[in-house]
Amino acid sequence: MTLQNGVVMLWADWWDLFQHFLSYSIASIGGPLVLLPEMHHFMVTEQHWLTDGQFSASIVLAQAAPGPNILFVALMGWNIGLNAGGYLAGFGGAFLCMVGMLLPSSAVVFITAGWVQRNRDLKAVRAFKQGMSPIVIAMLIASGWTLATANTEAAHDWPLWLITTATTLIVWRTKIPMLWLLAAGAVLGASGLV
Amino acid sequence: MNTQARHQPESLSDLFFSFSRLAIQGFGGVLAYMERELVDKKQWLTREEFVEEWAVARTMPGPAALNLSIMVGARYFGIRGVLVSLAGMFMLPSLLVLMLALGYARFGDNPHVLGAVRGMGAVASALFIATGLKLLTTFRTNVLGVLRCSLLAIASFTTIALLHWGVVNILVGLGGLACVLTYLKIRSRA
Repeated sequence: MTLQNGVVMLWADWWDLFQHFLSYSIASIGGPLVLLPEMHHFMVTEQHWLTDGQFSASIVLAQAAPGPNILFVALMGWNIGLNAGGYLAGFGGAFLCMVGMLLPSSAVVFITAGWVQRNRDLKAVRAFKQGMSPIVIAMLIASGWTLATANTEAAHDWPLWLITTATTLIVWRTKIPMLWLLAAGAVLGASGLV
Repeated sequence: MNTQARHQPESLSDLFFSFSRLAIQGFGGVLAYMERELVDKKQWLTREEFVEEWAVARTMPGPAALNLSIMVGARYFGIRGVLVSLAGMFMLPSLLVLMLALGYARFGDNPHVLGAVRGMGAVASALFIATGLKLLTTFRTNVLGVLRCSLLAIASFTTIALLHWGVVNILVGLGGLACVLTYLKIRSRA
């Protein structure tokens, strides 16, 4: 993550950035990751506020760190702030982007969830929850699958796949704390065994 | 939805610390920890309820895990619960991720660090898969029945993971079909 100094962020630019995240938030049906191409186009290609490397590092780091993966948005704002000035701007950028990304969708969820809860006995509401269940469970398994197989190939990365398979069985069938498994994965990875 | 007494958050601080605890452990994504904390440990939701809430959270705009935390917070404490849940989910993790970003700028090209991240990535993807597999048991109580649920799940997995169709297409297409089938089934039972 090299610093790209010389990015100039005026108040109008911050406002522009904030507005873009407000619209990403509303558009993020199916998960925020579907919007990555648009975010990349706006912040990297069009405005040059972020480098390519910073953009992908933000996603990778948020995924590697504990906490919600949506924190990649905060890291993007953080990097833009660093590029534009320094740590203070970094904090400001992280906060601004995160609030923009959360405000509209959270409001929609809050209002809808209340309605769903009050009308939980309606046939249509029950049908929606029950009908969607098998689809969203499959999506969960699919995102694990995609994470495990993206950027890997069988000939070279089979030990990684072995870890994924073994861990899946352990978590599925036992109550072993998941943090231990993560630590084991980190140790195996750091020692160069996988 | 049954009416028997069940566990629920005792206070706003119970809510805050529960979400903090699961968020701070959630490497690679918090969902697996959410399921373990809310269903197994705290028992605020049964596995069936967790799946139904998840179905709503996943079809709304925004990150599904956060949406679920908003829904849980709102149910017990209204808007205050929402703010407290979100604070729990974000406060410690956002500080950690910024520290990590600073560290990454210095140590990001260290092969041991890269290796550790790779190893943890392999485990994190397993957490998603295993959580999904655990939730499969809810097919037994789904009005669609085990067979139809399985077919829909297999179709969704294949189109998303193997054929790489867009998630939104599947939510609307297969999800819409599933909702209509379920609605007809519920109506014919009534």
